[in-house]
Amino acid sequence: MPIDFLYPNYEVVRDQSRCITCRVCERQCANNVHHLDKELNTMFSDESKCVNCHRCVSLCPTRALKIVKTDHTFKENANWTGEAIADVYRQAGTGGVLLASMGNPKPYPIYWDKMLINASQVTNPSIDPLREPMETKTFLGQKPSKIERDENGKLITKYKTPQLELSVPIMFSAMSYGSISYNAHESLARAASELKTFYNTGEGGLHKDFYRYGKNTIVQVASGRFGVHKGFLESCAAIEIKIGQGAKPGIGGHLPGTKIVGDISKTRMIPVGTDAISPAPHHDIYSIEDLRQLVFSLKEATEYKKPVIVKIAAVHNVAAIASGIARSGADIIAIDGYRGGTGAAPTRIRDNVGIPIELALASVDKRLRDEGIRGNVSVVIGGSIRNSADIVKAIALGADAVYIGTSALLALGCHLCRSCQSGKCNWGIATQRPELVRRLNPEIGYKRLVNLVTAWEHEIKEMMGGMGINSIEALRGNRLMLRGIGLNEKELSILGIKHAGE
Amino acid sequence: MKRIYVNEKWCLGCHLCEYYCAFANSGKDDMVKALKNITINPRIRIEEHNNISFAVSCRHCEEPLCVKSCISGALSVNDGIISINQDKCVGCFTCVLACPYGCVMPNDDGVMQKCELCTKNAGGQPYCVQGCPNKAIVFEER
Repeated sequence: MPIDFLYPNYEVVRDQSRCITCRVCERQCANNVHHLDKELNTMFSDESKCVNCHRCVSLCPTRALKIVKTDHTFKENANWTGEAIADVYRQAGTGGVLLASMGNPKPYPIYWDKMLINASQVTNPSIDPLREPMETKTFLGQKPSKIERDENGKLITKYKTPQLELSVPIMFSAMSYGSISYNAHESLARAASELKTFYNTGEGGLHKDFYRYGKNTIVQVASGRFGVHKGFLESCAAIEIKIGQGAKPGIGGHLPGTKIVGDISKTRMIPVGTDAISPAPHHDIYSIEDLRQLVFSLKEATEYKKPVIVKIAAVHNVAAIASGIARSGADIIAIDGYRGGTGAAPTRIRDNVGIPIELALASVDKRLRDEGIRGNVSVVIGGSIRNSADIVKAIALGADAVYIGTSALLALGCHLCRSCQSGKCNWGIATQRPELVRRLNPEIGYKRLVNLVTAWEHEIKEMMGGMGINSIEALRGNRLMLRGIGLNEKELSILGIKHAGE
Repeated sequence: MKRIYVNEKWCLGCHLCEYYCAFANSGKDDMVKALKNITINPRIRIEEHNNISFAVSCRHCEEPLCVKSCISGALSVNDGIISINQDKCVGCFTCVLACPYGCVMPNDDGVMQKCELCTKNAGGQPYCVQGCPNKAIVFEER
């Protein structure tokens, strides 16, 4: 059907003078872009199949390949962009909802980049983290609201409520076994265990091989309740109730039956080949009182030994919702911003629903402080933490810790081609095809994750040292360490920071 | 002694090891110059069937059948590495018949060639190991 033809967005450029026809590009492309013409002994590429994942570019031993944005164009139109036109063509052809994956790529403001961090000069000496101790240890959970002493008048320093102890305020966010591969999960689990932090199973249960990483595992209970049973709840360090996800607030999930194979079917506790559909709401939670019931049933089931996290997407009324959650008995609130990733979401929802995590965090932290219930919960945020400076800014805005998902996948090799929904991830991450899963060796993957978090920890310490702060506790909620740049009065007031120069 | 070991679990069948081997033993300083428009004849080979693949190269056996079988004294063991003196090789193919792994093969001049762990070229650490993108080939003491 020629009427359906859309010129590809990206072109594969091959420097024929460098190509040695080793065919690694052909063998490594699950989308069959490259092929060898034996008669001409020349490699050719069909860019219409290319998803721009760079697998061939990375593996080409002679650097003969690159991918470029096409200069093919519709007639210039600031309103009807090529993308807008092509989407109409696609939907006119299929009648279907457009699907996309990973986080919202649209050019909305990135508030992290509009905040600057302070440093000490003269009056308050900076600290050299290489010479002096610097504390990044973080405890997540309900904190006591007042100082208590025992009968001898000594301070009681032991928490009465369960806490998660993190050596760095960075955790790996929820990604289910199913949406990502076994090897990706193993990499995350091993890295979390080595880094003394936590990874999150997502809604998909916990593979039996990973129970041994239990003390570094957060298990998720979401609306489909897939893979939830007593052993699962007991295996972990904390339980997360997932209400929503930044990439697709307000809608559920759908893992197609083609991905429910072998171990995934066992882990999710559903028959092979059936679609795994997570409803949009939890059908037993229509109010904060209902949420409280689930929080306490999970606590009851685990003898009050494990903190319960409630994860929500950052939406318009996030502060009020967080206030409700803080009163529901939950120990930790996780908030996921609109840039948060996903293995598949309707494009329109991913690109248009939710609010920036920076604004959500600032308003939630303020609301909980104003209501005197900030100590009831720890606040964890996620949804596009791209580097250590984002983390420092998040903590200064009031976060207790951050979740990283996309950055973690990037460390594992993801090139953000945003084609997870195709199930043909060339990097062995968002796929269940054994020949592709094999491409991610956890031995390499977990070390790269450890490297990333270790590097960020060093940078966080450097930035804290520069501010003259030697513990992450002293940075938490310290908004005086931030200044806005290029922000209007309203944005500054929501973020609760001054403008640069003030 | 450090040897090359293969873990088929992580082999992608990408064949890059073959090309890195051919390049390392080409004596050229540029991969394109060395391998453009030629059919390579590497000392490591990928064996594959369906979804299973793995690289095979000389095991550097403790009791090497190829060395025992060599009629001209071209094959010898030096510090555990089985090496070949191509000037002495008469091309009788007895070693090819004797090697249970199929890891001795004729070069383009009719004498035999085999993996010598990149000790005679500029590769340093075996070049196939360096080039493997998934650590399916490792060079280690076991």
